[in-house]
Amino acid sequence: MSSRYAIPLLAALTLVILVVLGKLLPAWCVFLLVTAFAKGLAALGLVLIIRSGLLSFGQGLFYCAGGYGAGLFMLWGGVHDAALLVLAGGLVALVLGAVIAPLLAGYRSIFFATLTLALSMLAHGALTKADFLGGSDGLNLRPPSFIGFQPANSTESVYALYVFACILVVVFSLACRVHFNSVRGLLSLAVRDNEIRVEYLGSSVRRVISENFTAAAFLGGIGGALNAIAVAHIDPELAFWTTSGEFVFVAILSGYLSVAAVFASSIALEFIRSFSSQYFPNAWQMSLGIFMLASILFLPNGIGGLLQRRKKRMKGNKPA
Amino acid sequence: MQLASTILIDGLIDASWIFIVAVGLTLIFGVLNILNIAHGNFYAIGAYVAANAVGIYYSGSNPPMLGLLAMTGAALAAAIVLGPLLERGLLRFFYHRDEIVLVLVTYALFLILEDATKLIWGVNPYYAYEPYSLFGNVNVGRMNYVGYDFFLIGLAVFIGIVLWLGLNRTRSGKVVLAVIHDREMSSAAGVNVTKIFVIAFTIGVFLAALAGAFTAPKISVQPGLAVMVVLLSFAVVVIGGLGSIEGAAIASLIVGLSRALAIHLAPWAELFIVYLVMAMMLAVRPQGIFAPTALRKI
Repeated sequence: MSSRYAIPLLAALTLVILVVLGKLLPAWCVFLLVTAFAKGLAALGLVLIIRSGLLSFGQGLFYCAGGYGAGLFMLWGGVHDAALLVLAGGLVALVLGAVIAPLLAGYRSIFFATLTLALSMLAHGALTKADFLGGSDGLNLRPPSFIGFQPANSTESVYALYVFACILVVVFSLACRVHFNSVRGLLSLAVRDNEIRVEYLGSSVRRVISENFTAAAFLGGIGGALNAIAVAHIDPELAFWTTSGEFVFVAILSGYLSVAAVFASSIALEFIRSFSSQYFPNAWQMSLGIFMLASILFLPNGIGGLLQRRKKRMKGNKPA
Repeated sequence: MQLASTILIDGLIDASWIFIVAVGLTLIFGVLNILNIAHGNFYAIGAYVAANAVGIYYSGSNPPMLGLLAMTGAALAAAIVLGPLLERGLLRFFYHRDEIVLVLVTYALFLILEDATKLIWGVNPYYAYEPYSLFGNVNVGRMNYVGYDFFLIGLAVFIGIVLWLGLNRTRSGKVVLAVIHDREMSSAAGVNVTKIFVIAFTIGVFLAALAGAFTAPKISVQPGLAVMVVLLSFAVVVIGGLGSIEGAAIASLIVGLSRALAIHLAPWAELFIVYLVMAMMLAVRPQGIFAPTALRKI
């Protein structure tokens, strides 16, 4: 099988497995996976930025923009179709990202991180004070339909949402995988290594960074919209710095080498949060913190690095 | 005129405690090169231990003024316990890693300390109001101010001067500056860098805890303090230039005054004015006010 078809085939297979798995798992678990996928999509966007050697501490801004974009499209526009809502959320974040990206492209390291942080906190403050958008309480959304299909009960609704989320995850993972191996995708890694070299080779570093940032905004928006539909609620906390902090953690834990690792990390984080808030309701943040420290200490290259190492070892074992 | 002086004084009072927290953050960044997200937790812990100390101190018949010493002592004790413990017990294992990873480590520490404070002190508010009336009231024009707030301004100025003199005019301060400029060279020249790291981190923790201790009488000490304070001090440090004491002083004034301006003139902007100023400042001077060269300064 040529490698050209290997990745799309693998993606299709993953989708089938995920969809079947959803039927077997209990409803709470399926719902948890949906929220993990939503966050994973936003973190996947962040990975695009990290590949060019930068860290955004404001990915929550686009997560929030996507959520509000989808939410208002539903409440004000009367649209209930999940696909349209998610697209609307993604586009709102995309436009916002495209406006901000050229401004940010000149910043590096801690200044890039803090400026993105400031912008998302600005949005958080503005939304908290915006009474017509529900202020700090936010807004409640209605249940969506799925391309004409209106779920009859909550079990059906959760499963439909899950299948929808799986499709989004697989499609965007595939797109990112293809992008990572493309010239433009590899250019990001070159920017990370040496910006001057990239400029001398005739490419624009600013353009690479702007494009990555805009794409990350789009993914953040998609994730935010999915999350908004799933929990049927939007509020300014989506843009708060701790939300962005979680994306940073997922992205660092997964590393920038693998797409699958991003979702694995996101799922791990959601499960740990869910279990610790159930079993240690007064110390769930602490367990999350300890988990973070342990994973930074013992997985220096992230989960993606672990996968990569395995792949290398398998290749090394092959007879020449 | 009346309004202008009100805004000015409110801004100065706000700037004073913000400066004390932020200067600790900038010191830690200057020496250890860590943007410490857990800094707000040290502020919160300082506020809690001070509230405890005030409670104990004023329940006996002790001279009221010395209550301030009890608060300082509480902050110092917290710093002496936490500083070396966290620097030696945790942070040093990550020094060889990326700057970004270190930020994430302090984020994890922030999460852990958030819950730790809740486990130790519970979720009900603590009050430490006794010292607030120590200095009586002061009239400025027709406005009546609490004297304690002016004491805070004096304290901030005092701390700023002591830190500046300590770093620039003493031998050990110059050693610290040498470590900031070039860690490897100073180590080669015989400076015990590890010791400098522990001391600088502990002083940074102490400053945050001190700010927490001295704001405790003004507020109700409860969960959620850390989250806002750390961002405020981030804003100050970024506006002023990372690692610069002068920058932190001016940026605290900018932040304090803009907050006071917003509260009096545009209350709807109160929540985000600081980030607006921060974003605008970064757009104009990406390295902050006082960071002209690539070298990190303090």
